[in-house]
Amino acid sequence: MGRINKKKKETPEISTASLPDIIFILLFFFMVVTVMRKNDLLLKVDTPKATELSKIKYKEATAYVFIGEPTDKNRDVYGTKPRIQLNDAIRPKSAVQPYIKEIYGLVPDGLKGQFIVSLRVDKDVTMGIVTDVKQELRKADALKINYSTKVKAVE
Amino acid sequence: MAKGKSRGSTEINASSMADIAFLLLIFFLVTTTIDQDKGILHGLPPWSEDEPPPVDLREKNVLEILVNANNQLLVEGKYMDISELREITMKHISNNGKLPNFSVSPDKAIVSLKNDRGTSYDIYIQIQNELKAAYSELRDIEADKLSGGNMTYKQISDCADPLNQDTNDKEKKQCKAWKGEIKELIPMKISEAEPENVGGE
Repeated sequence: MGRINKKKKETPEISTASLPDIIFILLFFFMVVTVMRKNDLLLKVDTPKATELSKIKYKEATAYVFIGEPTDKNRDVYGTKPRIQLNDAIRPKSAVQPYIKEIYGLVPDGLKGQFIVSLRVDKDVTMGIVTDVKQELRKADALKINYSTKVKAVE
Repeated sequence: MAKGKSRGSTEINASSMADIAFLLLIFFLVTTTIDQDKGILHGLPPWSEDEPPPVDLREKNVLEILVNANNQLLVEGKYMDISELREITMKHISNNGKLPNFSVSPDKAIVSLKNDRGTSYDIYIQIQNELKAAYSELRDIEADKLSGGNMTYKQISDCADPLNQDTNDKEKKQCKAWKGEIKELIPMKISEAEPENVGGE
């Protein structure tokens, strides 16, 4: 009897057997939320912050247009003026209309009404190039747009 | 004694499992970009070759906002800071004919925005944000009245979405009716003029 009591009093080691399980759960979480970057950005696109935000619900029905200054690496090729990137190439503004039509054609039929253009514009860009793109979008009849922004904390 | 003990245990050592999992975890932590697809929703007017009808800026139903290439705001002819924009827009919309230089009723109120080609995109977004905030605050008041204090305009709008699977047909119908009513009471009329190129890009 006495012996058993003595054994119980010994400080037991903390079991680390469940540690791999915990790490695996974390791992699965990150695996699930990870989005491998689709477009290789050639431009610096740091979107402004805003509070009145809507979420884009249907990614299949979204066309992305990037506007910003070329990154340091691409400055020799594309200069320092703000440029437009569609898919993974820098294109002139005349390419916006055919690009939008192409993406619209790929949208599944049930979601055609939800078609939206996400404008990812750097905050240091001036309105001139943005206006030009907006005019092209009007011509392409893509009238629903979303100015992509970051979430600003509300004071 | 010791030799016999080690021979007896034939378990596979699993202590390195945690390390392997950690390596994988760190890899995914580094490559993760939680994609935030959020932004300010905006509608464009359909394209037409004709000149748009001129908006009479002296009309009292129109709140005139001008932004120059130095990102300065001129609201109704007065220099103004962007922090005051939300308040004055709300005052303009919900004026109901009280003050002589603001709108007669919310459904007639128009906000006219004109910027320069040299205006920074950041300021443009801040202005859009403030205008949207002004409208949504007023719409929330109406949504509060209609739903008996239960829902904001955004919730009503979400619930009315035909592709939303969380609400049933009856709720959808109700929300759609409310949404239509609010939109009729406070339509978002923001007119954007073609930017000028005074300040240069």
